[in-house]
Amino acid sequence: MPDLLLELLSEEIPARMQARAADDLKRLVTDALVERGLVYEGAKAFATPRRLALVVGGLPARQPDRTEERKGPRVGAPEKAVEGFLKAAGLSSIDEAVVQPDPKGDFYVARMSRPGRPATEVIAEILPDIVRSFPWPKSMRWGSGTLRWVRPLHSIVATFGVPQEDPEIVRFEVDGIVSGDETRGHRVHAPEPFRVRRFEDYEAGLLKAHVVLDPERRRDVIRADARTLAEAQNLELVEDEALIEEVAGLVEWPVVLMGEFDEAFLEVPDEVIRATIRANQKCFVLRRGEELARPTAGGGRVGVGFGSLTKQKPGVAAPAPVPETPGSRSRLASRFVLVANLEAADGGAAIVHGNERVVRARLADARFFWETDKKTRLEDRLEKLRSITFHEKLGTQFERVERIARLAKELALTLWGDEALASNAETAARLAKADLVTEMVGEFPELQGLMGRYYAEAEGQDPEVAAAIEEHYRPQGPSDRVPTAPVSIAVALADKIDTLVGFWAIDEKPTGSKDPFALRRAALGVVRIVLENELRLELEPVLFIASALTRMHAYFTVRTETYEELEDLSSVFGEIGRLAETYAGSTKAVDIENAEEQFGDLSIGLDLLVFLADRLKIQLREQGARHDLVDAVFASGASSPLPGGERSLGDSRAGEGASSSPEMPVPLHPALRADLSPQGRGEGRAASSANDDLVLVVRRVEALGKLLETEDGKNLLAGYRRAANILRAEEKKDGAGAFDGQPDGALLKEAAEIDLSAALDVAEPAAADALAREDFAAATAALGSLRPAVDAFFDLVTVNDPDPALRANRLRLLARLRRATRAVADFDRIAG
Amino acid sequence: MTDDPLSPKRSFQGLILALQRFWAAEGCVILQPYDMEVGAGTFHPATTLRALGPRPWKAAYVQPSRRPKDGRYGENPNRFQHYYQFQVILKPSPPDLQELYLRSLEAIGIDRKVHDVRFVEDDWESPTLGAWGLGWECWCDGMEVSQFTYFQQVAGVDCAPVSGELTYGLERLAMYVQGVDRGFDLNFNGREGAEKVTYGDVFRQAEEEYSRFNFEHADVEMLKRHFRDAEAECQALLTAGDKDGRHEMAMPAYDQAIKASHAFNLLDARGVISVTERQSYILRVRDLAKACGAAWLKTEAGGAAAA
Repeated sequence: MPDLLLELLSEEIPARMQARAADDLKRLVTDALVERGLVYEGAKAFATPRRLALVVGGLPARQPDRTEERKGPRVGAPEKAVEGFLKAAGLSSIDEAVVQPDPKGDFYVARMSRPGRPATEVIAEILPDIVRSFPWPKSMRWGSGTLRWVRPLHSIVATFGVPQEDPEIVRFEVDGIVSGDETRGHRVHAPEPFRVRRFEDYEAGLLKAHVVLDPERRRDVIRADARTLAEAQNLELVEDEALIEEVAGLVEWPVVLMGEFDEAFLEVPDEVIRATIRANQKCFVLRRGEELARPTAGGGRVGVGFGSLTKQKPGVAAPAPVPETPGSRSRLASRFVLVANLEAADGGAAIVHGNERVVRARLADARFFWETDKKTRLEDRLEKLRSITFHEKLGTQFERVERIARLAKELALTLWGDEALASNAETAARLAKADLVTEMVGEFPELQGLMGRYYAEAEGQDPEVAAAIEEHYRPQGPSDRVPTAPVSIAVALADKIDTLVGFWAIDEKPTGSKDPFALRRAALGVVRIVLENELRLELEPVLFIASALTRMHAYFTVRTETYEELEDLSSVFGEIGRLAETYAGSTKAVDIENAEEQFGDLSIGLDLLVFLADRLKIQLREQGARHDLVDAVFASGASSPLPGGERSLGDSRAGEGASSSPEMPVPLHPALRADLSPQGRGEGRAASSANDDLVLVVRRVEALGKLLETEDGKNLLAGYRRAANILRAEEKKDGAGAFDGQPDGALLKEAAEIDLSAALDVAEPAAADALAREDFAAATAALGSLRPAVDAFFDLVTVNDPDPALRANRLRLLARLRRATRAVADFDRIAG
Repeated sequence: MTDDPLSPKRSFQGLILALQRFWAAEGCVILQPYDMEVGAGTFHPATTLRALGPRPWKAAYVQPSRRPKDGRYGENPNRFQHYYQFQVILKPSPPDLQELYLRSLEAIGIDRKVHDVRFVEDDWESPTLGAWGLGWECWCDGMEVSQFTYFQQVAGVDCAPVSGELTYGLERLAMYVQGVDRGFDLNFNGREGAEKVTYGDVFRQAEEEYSRFNFEHADVEMLKRHFRDAEAECQALLTAGDKDGRHEMAMPAYDQAIKASHAFNLLDARGVISVTERQSYILRVRDLAKACGAAWLKTEAGGAAAA
């Protein structure tokens, strides 16, 4: 079967656009072919700096014949309508149409058979449009033409045919460029045009003409040759896939060469050398073969100290910090690897020489920055942060640093109750952004944080402080590790919470796919830092956020308070601490109305908590937790049905919630409701199981998952569902809440119902007790123990007894069962 | 190596002469630098204005360029507040422009069979001129030596036909072909011994003096006044020159836009412009440039039909 070969030869296509362009070409052409009945067996697209190429294999030589139906007017329709139909369908008489019945009557239908056209004809029609409307991220015109392409398009190859025969040229023209069967090779090595027939000889011909068509092959060549060169010198290539990909997009004929620079430059940190050589020169750096046991910054240290902070409560001494120190000794070699696009007549000597000169000049600049920067202490740079706007409405970096420093200190105190640690956190936060005004970070923004750490170390800051300056940006993405040293944790959390609170305060929340300030990443960062370090933060962040928000909101938007008045922002923490204590010790919850008086408008803060909870859910789901169990735990303890009906964690969207229900001060998220509203607090539910404690949520999800794996769990779930269904039906008759009272012991007649009541008498307090101890396995086990009694009840007892008193009492008993289970998890949300 | 002092490998001026000769042979008019302070060769009316309208145009010239902020008091051997660009504009851009460029490099001694010349994505934009284009920075063995741009828009007007613009950074290129690491060490006249004149001999003192002026002494109030005056004059000329759909003073008006732009660059170097002010200055210059571009299109050279 015939193949299609297509090549679009142009001037240099930006490296970053090539892969996407190849994919687009394949998709657009194959979609268009299939749409016209030309199904194919396989297709592959390629890109080099100067060409996009596509081969589509196994196409038919012609389109299949097709029958098209066109529906006409109703039988007996006015003559004009019939005439119009005949004209449109190309029929000469209505007798050529058939009559088809339809629920609305009998209609004329024209059946037209369309003989398939030769594939070349169809392809020639398709391609010009694809070229004209190609989805380049940026395109341009050139010369006197109107065609747009990424850079000037020079020629098009389009051939179609079977292997044994000379293929046919698919003839078309786009703005003066006529398709043909000639291409050109490498600009220097083989600039003369040559003829191609099919993909096989095309690819081979290009190879002869010093063009490696397949980007994967170019990457392989670069990778292999670079390693070989390195090994020959007993060096190791510092692997960099992103750079390989970019460089493979800059050359058609990769020639890997090695250059050298002065050893003296190695006194500059490795990362700086790498950034210099990589960013400016697109060259690779090399590591010395003999391994020193020094980890490189940014990798290979995942997992250090996880869990070491478990159950640290205020008053408990902070764990010994584990800051990771970047070594002072360089492991890089004074060599670099470059990739040229030329097999030079002199073996590459001039190319290496030229690149060495540029690298030397760049490294001299970098060393100059490094030396100059070290002359000014980070502390003395803070004033300069006043000139950097963080966000128009959120003030300068200087103001931001003030806030983060306060917040970091309070977080550290709350988490570990250690003054020295809190003071370090404050210092680290204060210095965390100072490197933004160093020459080095000005030149290489990607070194922010890391340079701050180096400079902090150079000026003799505490190692914990220096480490926190680097680590406070973490995690930078799903695969980045989270900070584990307490000082780093405090600053990292403060940085992210300040960002979130700030953007919430000025109503710049992410919507849909738009998240220009990376707030989802910041929120996920908070979630991961809390979870992976098992930090026990309970109600505080919620209320803190809410309170801080109110004040910051006033400051940023109305400017009713001066910045100094924000001083009391930190005292908010004290307030919250006291309040949380009262809250934990009493059965009375903070209700929304009072909370508003105490904390101002909480809606933004609660909205933000919903956002954080969403990140948690996504995170748990990605870790493989059943999302229905996550929902069930989030909804636990909430009265049912939930306010807002079907509204659940999954459909809460940041940015909609806060204002959508004016009659309620807050969009009552199940999690929030459980914490903050009186009706949300199920009997026996311990204060410590508040759902804003992310660590506990995770543990509960785990325990629930285990329960449901047991026979007891499965049967309990079935029993629960039966109880809930009956209650739902009966509550419809008697009204919601009709059976919420305690069952009357005197009205329990049957043995099975007496047993169930007795079992609940045991299980309910046991579960509550276990919850209070945060022993979720015991809590779920207590529920599991109800199973035989529940089974027996449904086997032997008729709920809807003719005696209304007995019926109501039995329903109250089932309602009690429902309450007991919901204190642990909302079983309604469990799927399957 | 040749003994000719005017070989591009021997002298800075030889490099300039070689490029001029090459592009003259390609049919360009070889212009002299524009007699005003500009930040880049693009500001020369032979590029900015001639890029607009339908008429073909080919020109090449050296343009001394002033970037007050880049001054380093002559201390950095490679960073100057005054330097040379060699500018080529071809309208419409010929299909073999890349090939012409490579041949121009060969004319100054960069053999494509030995040197790795690469076209690396670099989109060009001049916010003050309301101009943008797509193209590359051209690398020779890892060193950026030229900018290569297909103008898409100038003075807010779509370019049709499109001009191809080549800008050679003459000092860098000369350093490369002469094999020196410091700009001040470039051999300017190609002589040796007592007769040798270096780039530093010619310009070091100027770098020191102008850095003082740019950063410390330029009179801020005067510059602000100059900006306002140039802006007002530009607008006045644009109004006065507009006669029945034709324009009679597009070029003098554009000179005033250039003046305003340079006053802004000096103010910027003096560090007296805040972030928000900066944006507004840029927009004001752009408005002038756009109005001048629109006026140019109403002139004969801008393609307006003869009256």
